[in-house]
This record gives sequence, structure tokens and C-alpha cells, in this order.
Amino acid sequence: MAETPMTTGRGWTDSIRRFFDGDIWHSFTRSPVTMVAAGITFLYFFMAAFGPWIAPHNPFDLASITLLDASLPPAWMEYGDPRFWLGTDIQGRDVLSAIIYGSRVSLLIGFASVILSLILGVGLGLISGFVGGAVDAFIMRVAEIQLSFPSILIALLINGVLRGAMDIQDQADLAYTVLILSIGLSNWVQYARTVRGSTMVERNKEYVQAAHVIGIRPILIMWRHILPNVLGPVLVIATIQLALAIIAEATLSFLGVGLPPTEPSLGTLIRVGNDYLFSGEWWITIFPGAALAILVLAVNLLGDWLRDALNPKLR
Amino acid sequence: MPLLEVENLVVEFPTRRGTLTAVNDISLHIDEGEVLGVVGESGAGKSMTGAAIIGLLEPPGRVAGGKILLEGERIDNLPYEKMRRIRGKKIGAIFQDPLTSLNPLYSVGRQLVETIQTHTDMTPTQARERAIDLLREVGIPAPERRIDQYPHQFSGGMRQRVVIALALCVNPRLIIADEPTTALDVSIQAQIIALLKRLCREHGTAVMLVTHDMGVIAETADRVAVMYAGRIAEIGPVREVIKNAKHPYTHGLMGSIPSIGHDNERLEQIPGAMPRLTDIPQGCAFNPRCPHTFDKCRTVRPDLLPVEDSWTACWLYDGEDGRTIEASKKLVAETKADALLEKNDG
Amino acid sequence: MAEVVAKKREARAKIRDAGGREVAMLKVQGLKRYFDVSAPWLNRMIERQPKQILRAVDGIDFEIGQGETFGLVGESGCGKSTVARLIVGLYGPSEGSIELEGRDIAGLSRQQMAPMRRRLQMIFQDPYASLNPRWRVRDIIAEPIRAFGLADGQAAIDARVGELLETVKLTARDGEKYPHEFSGGQRQRISIARALASEPEFLVCDEPTSALDVSVQAQILNLMKDLQREFGLTYLFISHNLAVVYHISDRVGVMYLGKLVEVAPAKTLFTTPRHPYTRLLLDTIPDLDMTGRERMPVAGEVPNPITPPPGCTFHPRCPFANERCRTEIPKARPLGDGAIVACHGIEEGRIPDGPTLSAPAKPEGMA
Repeated sequence: MAETPMTTGRGWTDSIRRFFDGDIWHSFTRSPVTMVAAGITFLYFFMAAFGPWIAPHNPFDLASITLLDASLPPAWMEYGDPRFWLGTDIQGRDVLSAIIYGSRVSLLIGFASVILSLILGVGLGLISGFVGGAVDAFIMRVAEIQLSFPSILIALLINGVLRGAMDIQDQADLAYTVLILSIGLSNWVQYARTVRGSTMVERNKEYVQAAHVIGIRPILIMWRHILPNVLGPVLVIATIQLALAIIAEATLSFLGVGLPPTEPSLGTLIRVGNDYLFSGEWWITIFPGAALAILVLAVNLLGDWLRDALNPKLR
Repeated sequence: MPLLEVENLVVEFPTRRGTLTAVNDISLHIDEGEVLGVVGESGAGKSMTGAAIIGLLEPPGRVAGGKILLEGERIDNLPYEKMRRIRGKKIGAIFQDPLTSLNPLYSVGRQLVETIQTHTDMTPTQARERAIDLLREVGIPAPERRIDQYPHQFSGGMRQRVVIALALCVNPRLIIADEPTTALDVSIQAQIIALLKRLCREHGTAVMLVTHDMGVIAETADRVAVMYAGRIAEIGPVREVIKNAKHPYTHGLMGSIPSIGHDNERLEQIPGAMPRLTDIPQGCAFNPRCPHTFDKCRTVRPDLLPVEDSWTACWLYDGEDGRTIEASKKLVAETKADALLEKNDG
Repeated sequence: MAEVVAKKREARAKIRDAGGREVAMLKVQGLKRYFDVSAPWLNRMIERQPKQILRAVDGIDFEIGQGETFGLVGESGCGKSTVARLIVGLYGPSEGSIELEGRDIAGLSRQQMAPMRRRLQMIFQDPYASLNPRWRVRDIIAEPIRAFGLADGQAAIDARVGELLETVKLTARDGEKYPHEFSGGQRQRISIARALASEPEFLVCDEPTSALDVSVQAQILNLMKDLQREFGLTYLFISHNLAVVYHISDRVGVMYLGKLVEVAPAKTLFTTPRHPYTRLLLDTIPDLDMTGRERMPVAGEVPNPITPPPGCTFHPRCPFANERCRTEIPKARPLGDGAIVACHGIEEGRIPDGPTLSAPAKPEGMA
């Protein structure tokens, strides 16, 4: 029996194209808050992508850092230096540049962990909803157990276990991987539950039965028929989860189990700067904190809008 | 004076692709105790007409023109609170899905008693007795026991009976019944139709029966309005419309209904489908599907013309160019609706 | 084209078994399907409830001949849709056999079923749910062509899809569109084109026109009749609408609570119905001819299939029921004119002939 794959994966590109077509785009252009949020999010992505080219300094280039520039306040204040708009930290690194590099790290980890939990959650949710029975019961019990702990606790746990299994050198080399794994593995449950629910609805629709009657293999029915039809709500969750993942990374880094100060993310910057908050160098921690807050808020607003735009009842 | 008069009613739906006219300038009346059937295919505007009359159009739908008069008084421009009182007292409603009309969290007795008490000054005991009487009247066995049960404990047919009791409980003058039997099985359908007929006869309640089922209309209605693309194509006594259809659409519709005992190999079929509200053709909305279309049909929209005992919106009966009513009727009756198909194929 | 059709029809003229005898297109024997609708195990243990078994299909037999249309009527919950799904293999039967051209296909695995699937397709009720909303029409129709390897290369597949679309009176260009761009009737045509794509001999049609308006229903019924003539198709046509079933069927089976109560040639069934339930159904058909006949509403409703009444399941609603009907399950017995009826009253000759229920029905509304 020849089951040639869909030519050029038309189902996929089409669903993405149609997703941004019509009503969704219309509701976007009608919501100024969303447009601002999207603008800010885009700005961050741009900063993250082209950080090394747009940052005024390279905060990690030891040759360009001098302690003479240490602890300078923002440029508009007394003693401020026009070279360093948002001031410098105690090692003389430019805070603005550190934020740009930090956003890059935060977004990278946020994205990677969201993709990991998305693949895991969507996959398990599809199987759970489609196969049903004992498989479903098992996956869902695991999900419920995980859900009964705060996800940051799960992330800490996974983080601890992974680090415990490595030696010091690997810990430094694999810091990114460990963070992505611990955040990604702690957040798949919501995807799985949502996808399972929609899968159980789609599974009983007649177009799926028609595919069964034709004799399409179950795995292909899941992939070609059901998956494209359950992705809408997943995109909403993914957007909101991106904000949560960035916060989770910041929290872990703030707690000191995330990235080392040599490769600071926004969370690391806040932690390092926190020590100097009461000695007057507030800018070292406040600006990264504000940068994190704005990013998370913008992504969250986007997610909220997407949820409303995709909900036919609110349209 | 008729009980209900609808004059030039227009119902619109603003959308971002422009305003859609779901009901376009229709006029009808219902007399005391009369059953008016409103029949049409989905999207013809029949449910909208019913919803507009009881003031329950779902936003953004709105009455954009015309008048609705109940016992000579306008009810289309009343504030919500006043309209709500009229809905309870003078107009009752029965919908397709009985579950949407009943609150699942209250026993049917409580819903009946509350409705009765809102609109009358009965004591709770009197209201409960009245509720039991009503349930008995609509044919629910052991009403004394069942009154304290919840909607989910009733079967579909029994639930629809409860809804009918709810609609009847304050003796309304008019009941709007929107597809009351569509969700029910055939044998239950017959029970509900018989019940509606009996109750209306006994209470003198007028009914506007909205349905897609010609059979239900044929059995129940005194007069019938056939709707097409937001307008009335034909309206008249039910026997006249069914047995002696003037409008080519009505004729085609009747021919397309399979019936037992008529051994035709093929059903008559009207080519194409009813236009979407976004692209209703100019002139007569039926002209692209009509086997008799001529120039006037494509440009001028026909209004209802009196033809024998009914009214028909069709230019065949305008008496111009030597067209006589007799000849036109014969033409419509003898042409199969598929004639257009064959003409186009050939 | 005409030559190909003639050849096809010849090839399908008669199916014979090894001994040269004619074999029915479909033969169903003792077919049963039970569903376990009990509460979960733990709840059942705590609440001390027994298992609850829904007997959706409870032992039915029928045959469908080559090129025939067999109608199956009944009210919702009588099990007619379950029969459809059993035949196409969406459910496995609890008991009984389903023979397609003499080969038992009941309970075959997906792989074993593969060679039979091509010849057995299904048309569904809801034209809005039966087409994947995210696929283009050409991909929907091409799916069986690809799955069964019926055409080589994109060009051949596209050509075949175009041909199929034209067969159902759409145009080849419609393949580029998505299902939501079509009306209900057009979607049902697409659904039919998909079913025809694998060149099947037997189509199971589960309420194919119930969701459509009457004028569109007429188009689809006419199309199905044309296709039957053109391709020599055999139909199992399931509907709750008696007039539609009468119009399209050669023979009709009436189902009540998971059992076939009467099977007869369409004409016979509708002119001389035997079983009291068949007569009840006929009584409920609205009278379009305006003869002034009042429909006689028959008392009661379909009982719960989890706890069906003992004996003949129709006895609580039957005006002719006696003690035997309340205790003994009636067997299907052939009558002289091709009708098969499962009724003690008919067997004993104590039910008067006549098209409708002549005995006084219980008062309307009594359960």
C-alpha cells in the first residue's frame, strides 16, 4: 500500500497562511495595545538577533573593559558618561549592552524551552487523546502529578538532578542545555491537556472516520488530519508560556542555578545587580529588571489578544 | 384588526465586509387563533423574522426598518424591560432545542412556578397547582411527581412538552415556534404537532410556526408564507400554496420533496443553491435558478401580487405583455424545475 | 468512456462463489455490537452498580444483492448508524459475521482489511464535519487515490481528481478551494467524490441527506441514483426519513432498539406494512397531499436500550401486545411476498391487515 507523503506538506503551510489571514489579522489591526505589544516584542527579537552589531559595547570583551569606568550612573545623571547611556556595573561593563546581550540569552532559552515543551506536550496530548484507554490514563496521571507542584519547583528539581549527574566542567559547558531541559520539561502539561481535549473532539468527527475507512495508518491520521486542527489553542498557550519561560529562566538564574555571570541573562544581571541596590548603584539591577518586565508584559498581551482573536465566542 | 402585523420588516447584520440584509422588506399578519406557517430553506430568513418579532435578535443583528404591531401597538421599538414583559405575557416562544429553553439547574416545577408568578398574582400554592395542570395538559404522565424533576431527567419529546407548557403558562395570545419538532424523532414529532394543534384550538392562541418541513406545515398551518433569500415568495392559504403553487420556487420545492406512493424515478430538482446573503442577485432573487426567467426578472424586484386566493412575488403574474394568470399558472405547473438544467446542458 | 463503463459493469455483473452460485454483495448474519457504558471501575465498586451494557445492535441478519439499494430506517438510537460503522470496520462486531462478496470481513485488522477497503466506502451525514477544514478539496479527494496507489505521479492524480469532481457535477477548478467555500450540498458532492475515488462497488450512506435542505436533498438523491446506474453501485442507505428511503430503496429494513423488525421490498413495505412498529412509523409521516387525514400520534417513546423491555422490545407501545409478546422474543419469519417480519401477532394472524394501525391507540401522551 503506497502512502506517499503529502506533496510539499501543503497542509502545513496552508494552515499557517490561513491562520494569519482574514479575521485574525483584522482583529490585530483593530487593537492598538496589541500593535504596541507586537512592536515591542519585535524590537526585542531584533535586539536579540543582531545584538553584537547594535550593542554600543561588548560587555564580554575583557580588553575593552576598564575598572575606571566602573559604577558609572546613567548618562543623564551627575557623573554620568555619555558613552554609557544606562551606566555601568562595578566591573565597568555597559548596562545597556549587557541588557541587549542578556535579552538574547533570555529569549533563546525561552524559545528553546517552549519548543521543547510544545513538542513533548503536543505529542503526548495527541497520543493520549487519540489512543485513549490505559495509555491516556497513564499520561494524564503523570501530568496531574506534575501539575500538583509549582512548575518552578519541578524545574529546580530537574536542574538539580541534571547538575548532580555532571562534573563541574560539564555544568559550565552545558548550562544552556540544562536550563532548557529543566524549563521545557516542567511546562509540557498544559499543552498536553489542551491538545488531548481537542484531539478527543476531532477524533470523533466524520472526516477522521472517513480517513479510517480509507485505511490510513493511525499515526498518519494523527499527523495529517488531527494535528493541524488542534494547533490553534496551542499557539495561544505557547505565546503565554514564552513569557513564563523567560521568567522561569530569570528566576533560576536569580537563584544562582541558572547561567553563570560570565554569560549573563536578564535574570543573572538582576541577581548580580541586586547586591548593589542598597549601596546606591540601583541602575545595575533596575534597568535589567525593567527590560524583563516590559518583555514579559508585551508577550503576555500578545498572548491574550491571540486567545481572544481565536475564540469565536468573543469575536 | 389582526393580532400581529408586520410591515416592511428589514433585519440587518452589520459585518466588516458590509451590511447583510437577512430579512428584506417583508409584510405579513397573523389573525387571532390562526396558525401561520413560515417555511423556507436554511438562510431564507425565517428564523430571523421570528426572532425579530419576539425581540430576541442576536446582536449585531438589528431591526433596520419597518414596524411590528401586536394588537395594534408597536413592539419593535420598546425598551428591553417592557419587551420582556410582553414576551412573558402576550408572546410565548418555543425553540428547536428544548434544552436551551430550560435552565438545567432548576426543577421544571420551579421554572414554571416562577414564570407564572412573574406575570400573575397567584400564591405559590396556586401557581404550583397551575403548573401541574399545565404539565398534565401537555401530556406529561404523573405530573405531580415529575414536576420536581430536572430537565435532564426528561426525554427529548417530554422536554419539548415542558417548553410548550412554559410558553402556555400565562395564556399568551401568540406563540412563536421556531423549528419545534426538528430535533425530535418522527414518532415524537407527530405527538408534538398534534399537541400544539390541540392546545391552540382550545386556547385560541395564534401560532407562527417556523420550519423547513413542508409536511409539518401542511398538517398544521392555516396559512403559509414561503420565504426565499430574505423575502416572501408566496403567501396564502396552505392548501392553495401547496396544491396550487404559483411561484416557480414553491412549485420546484414541492416537486423536490420525495413522497411515499409517488413513483418517480427522479425527483424534480431546482438547480443551484439559494444565494448567500453577500451576493443576492439583482431583480428577483430566484431568477438565476428559475426556468421562466425573462428580462424584467433580472432587473426589477417583484413585490407580492394577488393571484387568485394567494399572493405571489413573481412577474409572471403582472398581467403585462399578454401574460394571463391562467397561462402563467399552466406554464409553472407543467414545467419541471430541471428544465433549466437541461436547457443549460444542451 | 461509454465502453469503459460497459466493461466495468460487465466485470461486476454477477459475483459467484467457487460453485458458481450467486453470492450476495453483502451478507450480515447475527450481527451484534454491545457497548460498555458503565461508570469507571472504581466508581462502580464504591456505588455497587452493575456493569451497564448498551445493546446498540442486537442480532440482525440481512442480505444486499448486487446493484441493489437497501434502505435502513429507524428512530435515533435504534442502532442503524452503528450498523453502518460495523460494516465499514470502524467498530468491530461483538458477535456475528459480515460477508462482503462471500468473504467474512468482521473483525479483520487494518492490514487484513486493506484489500477489501477499496471496494467498500462510506458517505457521512454531516457535510460540515466530514471534510477536513484545513485541506484543499483536491487533497481530500486525492487521499484515497494515494492511499490505494491508484494513480502514478502528481499529474495522473490531478487528472483523476478533476474527473471525479466532474462526475459529481462540480468543476475541476473547485479542487483548489477549501471546504468552507462550499455550500452544504456541494460539500456532500465532494464527500461523494472522495468515496468514489477508490472505485468502490459498495457504498454505505449514513443519513447522507439529513443535514440538507429539501431542494438540495433532491439534487443529491438524483445524483446518487445517476451514479448507481453509471457505475453499477450497491448502496446501504440509512435514514430516518421514510419518504427518502421509499424513494431511493429497492428493499427496506426497519430497525427498532437494535433489532430488525421487518424487511421487505420497498413497495410492499409501504403499501402493506406488517409489523406494528412499521405501521406506527408510516402513520407519523406528514400528509403532504392534504387529504385531511389526521396523523394518529402513537403513545410512548423509544425505551432506554440499556434496559430494553423483555420479550418483544416494542410491546410497551404496541396496541396488539399480549402475554406472549411480553415474555418471548419474536423470531424473524419470512412471509410469502418477500417480506420478513419479527412479530408474534403477525405469526399468529391476530393483527388485522391494513396500512395503518387500525386498533385504537392508547391516548396521546401516555407513556
